[in-house]
Amino acid sequence: MTTTVVAKKTFAHGVHPPTHKDGTVKREIRQFPFANVLIIALSQHLGAPAKPIVREGQEVRRGEKIAEASGFVSVTMHAPVSGIIKKIGWAPSLTGKMVMSIFLESYPASGQTVEPSAPCDVNTATPEEIIAAIQEAGIVGLGGAAFPTHVKLKVPPDKAVDTLIINGVECEPYLTTDHRVMLEQQDDIFMGIRYILKATGAKRAIIGVEANKPDAILSLRENIPSDLPVTVEAVKVKYPQGAEKMLITALLDREVPSGGLPADSGSVVVNVATTAEIGRLLPLGRGIIERSITITGPGVEKSGNYLIQIGTPLRYALEQAGLKKNATRVILGGPMMGFTVSSLDVPITKGTSGLLVLTDHESQLTIRKEYPCIGCSHCLDACPIFLNPSRLGRLAKFKQYDAMAGEYNLMDCFECGSCSYVCPSNIPLVHYFRVAKGIIRDKKAAS
Amino acid sequence: MLVILTAVGAMAGLTIVLSLLLVFANKKLYVFEDPRIDIVEDMLPHANCGACGFPGCRPFAEALVSNNATPGKCTVSTEDGRVAIADFLGVDAGSEEKRVARLACAGGSNVSRNRAVYEGISSCRAAAQVAGGGKVCSWGCLGLADCEVACTFDAITMNKYGLPVVDEEKCTACGDCVDICPKDLFSIHPISHRLWVSCKSLEAGDEILEYCEVGCTACGRCAMDADNNLIKMENNLPVIDYTKNSQTQKPIQRCPTGAIVWLEPDGSVTKGEKSPKVLRKSHLPILNS
Repeated sequence: MTTTVVAKKTFAHGVHPPTHKDGTVKREIRQFPFANVLIIALSQHLGAPAKPIVREGQEVRRGEKIAEASGFVSVTMHAPVSGIIKKIGWAPSLTGKMVMSIFLESYPASGQTVEPSAPCDVNTATPEEIIAAIQEAGIVGLGGAAFPTHVKLKVPPDKAVDTLIINGVECEPYLTTDHRVMLEQQDDIFMGIRYILKATGAKRAIIGVEANKPDAILSLRENIPSDLPVTVEAVKVKYPQGAEKMLITALLDREVPSGGLPADSGSVVVNVATTAEIGRLLPLGRGIIERSITITGPGVEKSGNYLIQIGTPLRYALEQAGLKKNATRVILGGPMMGFTVSSLDVPITKGTSGLLVLTDHESQLTIRKEYPCIGCSHCLDACPIFLNPSRLGRLAKFKQYDAMAGEYNLMDCFECGSCSYVCPSNIPLVHYFRVAKGIIRDKKAAS
Repeated sequence: MLVILTAVGAMAGLTIVLSLLLVFANKKLYVFEDPRIDIVEDMLPHANCGACGFPGCRPFAEALVSNNATPGKCTVSTEDGRVAIADFLGVDAGSEEKRVARLACAGGSNVSRNRAVYEGISSCRAAAQVAGGGKVCSWGCLGLADCEVACTFDAITMNKYGLPVVDEEKCTACGDCVDICPKDLFSIHPISHRLWVSCKSLEAGDEILEYCEVGCTACGRCAMDADNNLIKMENNLPVIDYTKNSQTQKPIQRCPTGAIVWLEPDGSVTKGEKSPKVLRKSHLPILNS
């Protein structure tokens, strides 16, 4: 049965990369085997690293708290398996920096049942209690940025939020986890919306889904509980439609001011998988110990959507999924905004939405000679926030960082990669911008 | 004819009025500035490097004239230049110990391994954005020469193993390399600090030797051998207390990897008796994993 959904809502500019989703979109989320040693990074979210509350050699049960939040912008960590804490030491992370991590050896004989805990009831809990429970559950943005969700839901007292947007766009090529979550975990999503509506005080919720997921849109629309003010809106298939600010523009026709937050435009955007986790974990009082990811790409044998333990090392994940001989590049996340990793000892973190393996053939396609800018302005037509990537690129080459940050608003760039994608001269614009942003941030910190 | 005369007359009149205005402004709105500032600024090297601690040569000249600094602060000018400024101003030249940039990494490509190939913009800052570059050691030098490019004085050159080498003669301690290095490996030190820890790895134990032969294993022998609590172990690295007398080669002798060294004035590096000599002249292959 083929169904189509007509979508008109979208933002201006953007690009249309091939989606590559057919390989995994029909595969249901399946349980992934447990690795022998899990590496739980203490800093797998934005903000302050968590503080470990276990010692080496200690036995922990699955779901037990092993690290606590060290501030407001920080979250709790829970043991993904029952086992023994082997050591607390340095482990590589996807950014290349070594981060303090808990090495947890799992008990093969354990039943791996999850610890019972104190639940948070949506009907009786106050907004503050819900926000505290979300922090305690260790929930961060599962779309990729891993920003602690409770910080996002804590609306500043001088602002009001009227609309909650649930982000089910998943515009990154290859990834299909959010699509599967929307098909398989609808009750959890609606429960999560109840919690978030209460926590933020928003009056209505909109689930934004790209029009290339008609089955998800139609089945979500059918199953909306009658007492919940939720609508499901289809948006046009375009990258980066899933970016927070682009989705607000598409659905509400509001613009988030430069340097502002979604709350400045009266909305809060939460990823659909994050919403499902809130709806699933809070009634049970549990913490997040596993997440669904897409393991895909031409370099893997058994591509699909898997429920995987947080902390599973990539080496183990790729052994289980089967690596082809000519696989050369491993990307955490999608191909547009994901991170290429340099070590297979990097673990799956809460923010990992996909594991993409490319072969020699695709890797070679991305390594192209850089030519001078010909001023074609393709990048201007691609940039979703109306910057001038062409001029910014030239300024970056001449190290004019002050002009980039001032006159050309570089700091608004959220590194979606559309400009690099369309550049006929193969200029790695986003890479230049990330370097420039790093230097500008360093300068600001120094002065 | 009359038209031309009118035009010339009008322009001449305007010129006289405006020039009178300028004369008036010059006399009435004159701000006194010590003429010596200009002269001293001319005597300075115009490098605007900031090594003196002032934003550039002009502010430094102002400080010199108002006696808030001594000419010795300028490490870029020659000894004769400093004396000339001191004589001109009638002050003591003052002596400032020459300071140089020092690199806290010895992991060239002949002793330290990569585990991935980085393909992208050839710059350390850019490589550090992509999974930290290909190097296994996440604290070590990436070897893509951002410091060499940043150095205004050509004091930094990359050796054939991809490590920057600082020319102590040319280095003015301006700090540009310190700012640009994404791994924070450079720091500015008085030239007499010759006892040096050339490693920043926070890892403890012999695992480090799998990927870097000259890394610090945090064994603590140097701290034990040093007199007078000169060296303390902090975060798995020896920290030298330069306020104490560091003119001793005793702590380097038993170092099992050669991570703590003695930097000779001629640019060579002396390692301890027990430290293994690095004889390999080729690059190490990519770590196979």
